[in-house]
Amino acid sequence: MAKPKVAFYWCASCGGCEETVVDLAEDILKVVEAVDIVLWPVALDYKLKDVEAWRPGDVAVAFINGAVRLSEQAEWVRLLREKCSMVVAFGSCAHLGGIPGLANCTTREEILANKYHRAVTLDNPNNTEPQVHATVNGYDLDLPVFWKDVKPLDQVIDVDYYLPGCPPPARLVAEAVGAILKGELPPKGSVLAPEKSLCESCPLNETKPETIAIKAFKRVATSTPNPEECFLVQGYICLGPATRTGCGERCIRGNMPCRGCFGPTPGALDMGTKMLSALGSLGEANTEEAAHALADTMVDPLGTLYRFSLPASLLKRRVP
Amino acid sequence: MSKRITINPVTRLEGHGKIEIFLDDSGNVDRAFFQVPELRGFETFSIGRPAEEMPRITPRICGVCPTAHHMASTKCLDDLWKVEPPPAAKKLRELAYSTFMVEDHFLHFFFLGGPDFVVGPTAPAAERNILGVIAKVGLEIAGQVIRVRRECRQILETMMGKVIHPVFGLPGGVSKGLTEEDRQKFLQTANFAIDFAQFALQLFDDVVLANKEYVDLILNDAYAHKTYYMGLVDENNKVNFYDGMVRVVDPEGKEVAKFHPRDYTQHIAEHVEPWSYITFPFLKSVGWKGFVDGPASGVYRVAPLARLNAADGMATLLAQEAYEKFFETLGGKPAHATLAFHWARLVEALYAAERMKELLEDPEITGLHIRVVPTQTPREGVGIVEAPRGTLIHHYWTDDDGILTKVNLIVATNHNAAPMAMSVEKAAKGMIKNGNVSDGLLNMVEMAFRPYDPCLACATHAVGHAPLEARIYDNEGHLLHTIRN
Repeated sequence: MAKPKVAFYWCASCGGCEETVVDLAEDILKVVEAVDIVLWPVALDYKLKDVEAWRPGDVAVAFINGAVRLSEQAEWVRLLREKCSMVVAFGSCAHLGGIPGLANCTTREEILANKYHRAVTLDNPNNTEPQVHATVNGYDLDLPVFWKDVKPLDQVIDVDYYLPGCPPPARLVAEAVGAILKGELPPKGSVLAPEKSLCESCPLNETKPETIAIKAFKRVATSTPNPEECFLVQGYICLGPATRTGCGERCIRGNMPCRGCFGPTPGALDMGTKMLSALGSLGEANTEEAAHALADTMVDPLGTLYRFSLPASLLKRRVP
Repeated sequence: MSKRITINPVTRLEGHGKIEIFLDDSGNVDRAFFQVPELRGFETFSIGRPAEEMPRITPRICGVCPTAHHMASTKCLDDLWKVEPPPAAKKLRELAYSTFMVEDHFLHFFFLGGPDFVVGPTAPAAERNILGVIAKVGLEIAGQVIRVRRECRQILETMMGKVIHPVFGLPGGVSKGLTEEDRQKFLQTANFAIDFAQFALQLFDDVVLANKEYVDLILNDAYAHKTYYMGLVDENNKVNFYDGMVRVVDPEGKEVAKFHPRDYTQHIAEHVEPWSYITFPFLKSVGWKGFVDGPASGVYRVAPLARLNAADGMATLLAQEAYEKFFETLGGKPAHATLAFHWARLVEALYAAERMKELLEDPEITGLHIRVVPTQTPREGVGIVEAPRGTLIHHYWTDDDGILTKVNLIVATNHNAAPMAMSVEKAAKGMIKNGNVSDGLLNMVEMAFRPYDPCLACATHAVGHAPLEARIYDNEGHLLHTIRN
């Protein structure tokens, strides 16, 4: 029997998802034994027309990482959707928009102005700005067009499964590939990670008392957390209650609070509101004044509660 | 008939980096453009975030060198809050950073840059990759490459929480200390890394330096640029990755500037072109004169070769010996041969491994005092480290609460943007004559940009070499010929 064909592709990403695949180490050899990799720009030669020549269904699964912000990326993922039986959104950016998705707090115009007209080190007397079409000495040069915002993969194409994390841990990747090969998959649309919150698997969970009463939020800039006690109990914002587990609690074991890269807990529609609701029950504020005072100690709620998920949230983007 | 050649190395910098080569009417190279469609706007969307979150946000600029961004950002926070980390914290940071440099440099040498030499520059494309290296050096050695990388990455995960996108640096210190048990375990890795670095240099000796053809290639003028060089140095002007002053030498090797990271804006400016999203940094004192080398052009280079040129030596014994041999063989200092970046990378890997050992044998490394909590009002800070691919600058401004109001970042590959375009152009000019474009062009061009280990190809240094495609069009846009490697 022919080995199933697998494609890897990336969009707006940092390459950490590619590295995590490499971190499979020996396991990557097992994967290569079990499947034929027919597209992996990082490792293999290919052409767009090769992909165009595939018949729909020829390729069993496409793993796509990165958010989508260029029209060219959208064309690629639409083509892959057409040709591949299954599409897995790989990593936080494809799943939720990820950290590059924070660009939805600002505008394309602001990004261009800061980069080419305002930065302190610029020497740009003619106010040059990169152009989609430029002519230099009679030569035409093109650059891709940037969309006005960042989109997670499922806002562009239909997605079958999500592999969460920034990046997903190698172990989770190996498990997901194993499940796909055996055909032991949960219902379409599932996130391929445990159905629990981070708090439930957190090594600090047993230090959490029955009730938490946060009087003021603290920042790691101006205080040092006790690494042996629940961060929330100490007043540090930790997205554990609103975040799906499966990460191996890597940040917690590094003595730092969770920032939510695994996305919302099962059933939660919006990470930020889920976390706000959790904080609402953890804060000690019996009066409206006390609630305001507590809220005032929380800096950057948007960038903290939606660190990895703004484009996939109910808020999605700033309206210019 | 003029022609256009599009070389599309499929990259990870937004997935697409592009080289366009234009031929004149007689078929010789007129201009080459190295285009980067990289623009995610980190400088802009970081505004409004608490500054202490930057070591967790900026690593997402690059998932292959997240540790470099993490560390530049952390040092920037020290400067922002004007807080001096305790000695143990500084040493822990440098230990993690040295470990990162070891694994990253070996990865590049064996997986990406090395195949050109270990397998051979004219070997068939299909063999010119890590598999070809394994075939040449044998499975046992390949196993050691994998082992040194895995052990180094285990150290990083233990120390920094996550190896990809760490959670370690805080203003005034680090989040986690080192246990005695781990120290002893890591020391074994450091010793192994030193042995392995020496082996890698010996391999370079046996395979490359013993082969006159390779040495001639390294010294070939088509692969040389007489530019300025920049790198961090310690108080004795020795190469340093984690800390120090930024030193700049001219194409003759003479020091022309040595400045504190905070003063970088007095020395570096960025030129903008309409055809690339990347900016082109140059030395302010010399000025932007276009894509040309020489003392009258402000173009400078960074990364391993530049660091060795900009310093007076290495701070450890074995690396210093390797450093001396390097310049002796290359005909003195500075060395302008772009292909010598690969060798310089191995000299640096040896230094980083020796530095790991030094730090692990320092009794302070297991100290419990790893944080000084900031008390001053933040305003403005600059942090500079040497990333594997060159000088990395983070510059933040905040309000009184430490909320970011402005951010300036000049990343390693940024500095080398103009030199890479120049190197590609020069190699193409040396190769393409009278309209004759052979398959060899592709590897010649690859070999011109690969030494810089550009971040746009950094994923490829883990698994192979960047696929390239050259498309040749006539002046009416008809596709005449396609070459793939």
